[in-house]
Amino acid sequence: MADIAMIGDKDSVLLGRAAGLDVYFETDGREAGRLIDRLAREDTKVIFVTEAVFTAAAETVNKYRSRPFPAIIPIPDSTGPTGAAMENVRANVEKAIGVNILF
Amino acid sequence: MAISYKPTRMEMSRLKKRLVTATRGHKLMKDKRDETVRRFITFVRRNGELRERVEKLMGEAMASFVLAKAAMSTAAVEEALIVPAASAKVEVGSGKVLSTEVPRLTYVPSGSRSLPYGALGTGSELDSAVVKFAELMPLLIELAEVEKTCNLLADEIEKTRRRVNALEYVMIPQLETAIHDISMKLDENERGNLTRLMKTKDMLKAKEE
Repeated sequence: MADIAMIGDKDSVLLGRAAGLDVYFETDGREAGRLIDRLAREDTKVIFVTEAVFTAAAETVNKYRSRPFPAIIPIPDSTGPTGAAMENVRANVEKAIGVNILF
Repeated sequence: MAISYKPTRMEMSRLKKRLVTATRGHKLMKDKRDETVRRFITFVRRNGELRERVEKLMGEAMASFVLAKAAMSTAAVEEALIVPAASAKVEVGSGKVLSTEVPRLTYVPSGSRSLPYGALGTGSELDSAVVKFAELMPLLIELAEVEKTCNLLADEIEKTRRRVNALEYVMIPQLETAIHDISMKLDENERGNLTRLMKTKDMLKAKEE
């Protein structure tokens, strides 16, 4: 088991395997959520998910937001960034400061 | 909900102590909030930068992967990547940003830099995609660390802000009102007592005469 896992559609995450990540092909939100739960139990440190999965499995992702591990990080998939990840950064700023003054 | 109290001196001194604690707590919380926000801003700036860079580089890696898939059959690409490379490791520590525990991640490259597949039957496009992605890894890990820190700090700031507001707008005013009420009541009792004494004295005087 590696410390780093990657979840997404085949085209986007296959590359991760060459870099030594644990790669899972999963695009369905519910299944991805279960997978994330399992990986968290197995002490995976970082889970990269494609933006599509990030939005689909938002419920599970939010569950792990306030814990130090695992870090669930959205990455763009093979079709390029959708802005969902940047939106997440922006949401953080709004939550912390109240208004978005940075992005 | 107002604080319930009995109008006694003991109660008043207890409430006064609570007010002092609340005021000091409020000041500390406020300082913590301000400092966390300051740190958060530096982190979130860095987060934004990193994310932009990762998104750009990732796009490039993905693009060469698409090229590779065009040059080779899908089956061949999958075959080449079916055996995972030596698994990548991260060294994990934990740091503290103002008593918020945040992860510290250090990427440990998986030793050999060589490609996990043979040269036979794979195109150079695949090589370049894989190499690009491997070069991206340290950046991705750093992004993971910074983004997680931002998430945690944002949560913490929200919590601290609530505490500050609860103290400032609920706790402290309530205590102040309670103390004021008690001191009014005690004064009133004092005056009542004085009047009664004077009255009694008058009555006694009238009796003597």
